[in-house]
Parts: sequence; structure tokens; C-alpha cells
Amino acid sequence: MTEESPPLQSTGLVTSQVARFDTPLPLACGRELPAFELVYETYGELNADRSNAVLICHALTGHHHAAGYHHVDDRKPGWWDAHIGPGKSIDTRRFFVISVNNLGGCHGSTGPQSIDPNSGRIWGPDFPLMTVEDWVHSQAMLADRLGIERFAAVVGGSLGGMQALQWSITFPARLANAAVIAATPKLSAQNIAFNEVARQAIRSDPEFHDGWYAEHQALPRQGLRLARMVGHITYLSEHAMGARFGRDLRTDRLNFGYDVEFEVESYLRYQGDSFSRRFDANTYLLMTKALDYFDPAGDSDDDLARALSPAQCRFLVVSFSTDWRFAPARSREMVDALLRAGKGVSYANIDSSHGHDAFLLPNERYAAVLGGFMQRIANDIETIDANRPSGDGAHHGETSRQRMPNDQRESG
Amino acid sequence: MRADLALIYDWIPQGARVLDLGCGDGTLLAALYRYKGVTGYGLEIDADGISSCLKKGVNVIEQDIDQGLANIPDDMFDLVVMTQSLQVVRRPDRILEEMLRVAHECIISFPNFAWWRHRLALGLRGRMPVSRSLPYAWYDTPNIHLSTFRDFAELCRAQGHTIADRAVGNGNGEGRWRHRRWPNLFGQNAIFRVRR
Repeated sequence: MTEESPPLQSTGLVTSQVARFDTPLPLACGRELPAFELVYETYGELNADRSNAVLICHALTGHHHAAGYHHVDDRKPGWWDAHIGPGKSIDTRRFFVISVNNLGGCHGSTGPQSIDPNSGRIWGPDFPLMTVEDWVHSQAMLADRLGIERFAAVVGGSLGGMQALQWSITFPARLANAAVIAATPKLSAQNIAFNEVARQAIRSDPEFHDGWYAEHQALPRQGLRLARMVGHITYLSEHAMGARFGRDLRTDRLNFGYDVEFEVESYLRYQGDSFSRRFDANTYLLMTKALDYFDPAGDSDDDLARALSPAQCRFLVVSFSTDWRFAPARSREMVDALLRAGKGVSYANIDSSHGHDAFLLPNERYAAVLGGFMQRIANDIETIDANRPSGDGAHHGETSRQRMPNDQRESG
Repeated sequence: MRADLALIYDWIPQGARVLDLGCGDGTLLAALYRYKGVTGYGLEIDADGISSCLKKGVNVIEQDIDQGLANIPDDMFDLVVMTQSLQVVRRPDRILEEMLRVAHECIISFPNFAWWRHRLALGLRGRMPVSRSLPYAWYDTPNIHLSTFRDFAELCRAQGHTIADRAVGNGNGEGRWRHRRWPNLFGQNAIFRVRR
């Protein structure tokens, strides 16, 4: 990459911002956060109506850096750069995109590594457990701060998709559209079981110190590493793993030992190692619990259609054919519930060999589906914009003034 | 708009709740949303069709109608539409029953295999007909249940449904849709409005 030109179609260089809130945030667990900070990034320009804002919600180990580059020598762009940028599915020439690091995270928003104002020491394992609904409330406070009354769309994959779904229930009037990608209306017993293995791996690491590892100048690396390894298996499809590694050996023969022999072992160890250097163990524990707790139908006798009845937005639900973590059938549950509730919903099941990870990757059909949905949203916003009578006597202002009295839809 | 779609458009009342089976690129639903205040969904399995629907703002659900409509409650819609798909589904009789479970009325259009030119092809030339409405060679056609205007009327009767309206037209899009004296002979495409 040359110094002055990040790759074409990139959001370019972006900087993170911090919003501080001194109003307490009551949480689902019964406790409250007296004050907190949210770190976020924005891409694109907010229009005069403040009607083109799109909120991006991140998944389990995601963060606010969704698109573009922080430094000219960054090796990789933000985690969803394949889909956010000029001319991409979420087109930053048309939308004002906000991407926020969730509370409890380890990338700058208030979380277990922050200082607890009451005790003066870091929160560590005392940081309250968060729920998807708590995140949605905190994201709404950020929207207030940025002057956004209603999002054009709330978009997310996996745990991010669950936040988009929750938004439609918690703040039905504050979003026009929701894109719920590779998500599920609730975790299955198997999903929770995998999370529990990951948590036990971390919690049983002798360096974990009941979550007070920072005070012991320790890090439960081994536990995090195992947690990531088991998690990673669930993100890939059997086919994707087979195609990439098969039974390939690192050397040309068996060693009859426990060192790395198969390529897939090497890959998992590498993934685990790199993750354990950049992610906080308490955050990982907390995020997996938020996943487990998510169950919007729980308060409605498991009737998801009833739980979704307050929603006013239009939905796009997307699944991936080889995703077995949150399989297409789980997306269908959401689609069917939305149908029964009479909500506007579209659904596409994208053919991909990449399993759950597919939601992060480029894919032609995925881009056509998400891009088509977003394009329509942008067109609608820009049509309303162009038809507004403007006092400056602009060309389009003239015609819309003449049309206004006869057109009921314009007055609504 | 294709001729059969234009006629169906006219037949659908203002503000109806509509399900369109095999909605293609969403042309019909988009027009119905916009000018008739209709609400509803299309079911489609073709990827390009689904993307086109999304761009038009049509609610489209990727669902194979051969798998049935079990996810849709009884009487959820006022009307179900299925254009040019009857001949490709595995069990047309079951689809018809399903359509009239989720709505009290349905509109179905399909190519009429008994059209005189089709009869000529088969009866005189001894070849499977190929025409604008049946554009495929026998060995790579998606059409697995070809039927006639009269066959379909008979199926409706056997299932105890009422034929509220019907029309036939030619296959090239500018058809004059109407009752003809011998619809089974002179109609290249058939269209039925059926009530339970």
C-alpha cells in the first residue's frame, strides 16, 4: 500500500472517537453502570435530515473498527471492510455508518479492564454481566448523543444480528430497517455447551485467578487459547476445514508424538495463540454469557411472533448454507415468526462453503442481497430528500411544491 | 408488464394481503404495493429474482414451494397468486389445496397444453410442442406437469373449489385476455381465479 492511497473502494483512514456518559445505565442483571464510555467509529456523512444513519453491531469478538484503516501501514482493514465502504453493500457515499464497541468489550469501551469508580481498582470479574438488551440501550444513548432519532438501518451478523433483532423490539420507532445476518433467535443447548467449554477452559487456567489476573500480573493465555480453538471449530464448516487442511501433515511423515503433526492442528494453535494475545479473558466470558442469555421470546411464552409484534421496521434475514453454529433453520424461525406477525421481511440463504464465518467474507450473492436491500433504503431516503419543498427555489423544490397538495403520501 | 400479470393486477382488489408464489423479479408485487396499497410477500428460489425483489423493496422469502407452505398460517392472506409455476411444481394438486388454505382465493396462470398449435405439433407432427409459452426442448424442460385449461377446471371441481373467473390469452405478452368460445383450443395461456 502506498502512503497516500489506501486501496480503491476503501473507507480510507479512520479514527475512533469516545463518547462519555455520566447518566447511570440500569442493567438487566439488576445492577447499574454509574458512568461509562463507548468507543466508536463513523464512516460517511450524516445528511441534513439525519435520516441516513446505519448502526453496525459487532459479534462475539468484534469491535468498533469495522471498516477502513487506522494507519497507512495497517496490514488489515476493519473486520467488515468487505461490506462497508464506498460502492460496497453498505455504501458510505450514501449512508452515515456508526460502528460501536459494546460495553464489556476490550477495545476501548467501558469493560472489565476499566476502572470501577467505586473501588478505584479495575472492574475485572466484578464487571456486571451484560445482555443484548443492555447493549441496545447503550447504543440508543450514543444515537441520542449523535442526534440520531431513527436509524435507516441497524445491521449485524451473528451476535450483532441478535442486537439488530433486539433493536426492533426495544426501540421499534427508532429504526426503519433491520438486517439480521447469520443469527439465531436464541442459542440451542449445543451452542450453550460450546460456550461453556470455552468458559471452563478460561476459568480453569491457573493464571485466571478468579478473574483477577491483572492484579496478579498474570494472563490466562492457555485458557483463552483453548476457548478460541473450540470456538473457531464452530465458525468453520467441516467442508471448509477439509478443503483447506484435509489430513495434510506439516512434515512428510508421522512422528508418533503430541507435537503439531496435522496442518489443522497448527492452524488452530496459531488462531488460539494470536487471539490470546489480543483479547481479554473476562470480556470473552461476558460476551459468551450475553449470547447464552439472548432469548427475546422468553418473556412471551416462547412465542417469537408475539415477542416481535412491537417491531415496525422491515427486516432482511440472511443465513449461510453451511453455517452449523447458527444454521439456516434458525434464521427460518425468525422469518416464520416475522411472517406470522405480519412484518415486512425478506430472507435469503446464501450458498457458501465457509460455515458461520461466511458472514464476514466477500461473496457475490451475499453482496447482491445485502447490497440490494441497502440500495433500496438509500433510494427511498434520497427520494424523500429530493421531493422536499426547499425554500431556495431549487429545481426539484419547484416541482414538489406543485405536487404536494394532491399527494397524500407526501403529507404523512 | 407481462400480459397475464397485467390481468392479474386488475383482478386484485385495493389493499389486499397477497402471497405471490414464484414471484420472479417482483414486478407484480411492486406495482401492487405502489398503486393498490397491497401488502404481502413473494416466495422465490431464483437468486437473481430475489436480488431484484430486494432492490424493488418487495418482501421476498427464499422458499421452495415444493416444500409446501407449512410455515404460513391458515387464512393469513386474502389472495395467493401463482403465475407460470403450476407446471414446474411436483404436486400441483397439493399446492392448489395449500393456496386455498392460506387464502380464500387464488389466481393461477399456466400454459395451456391443449392450445391448437400444441395439438398440431403433437397430433400431426408427432413432436413435443415448443412455443413461446413452452419454450423448452423435452429433455431440458423444467415443466414436469403440463395440463390443459379443461384439466385444471376439472381439478378445481374435484377439490370442490369454485372457479370465480377465467381467461385465456396468447403467449406473446399482448394477449387479449377473455373468455373465448373454445378456450381449451384457442387459449395459449390459461388463467383462473379460484375460491374455496
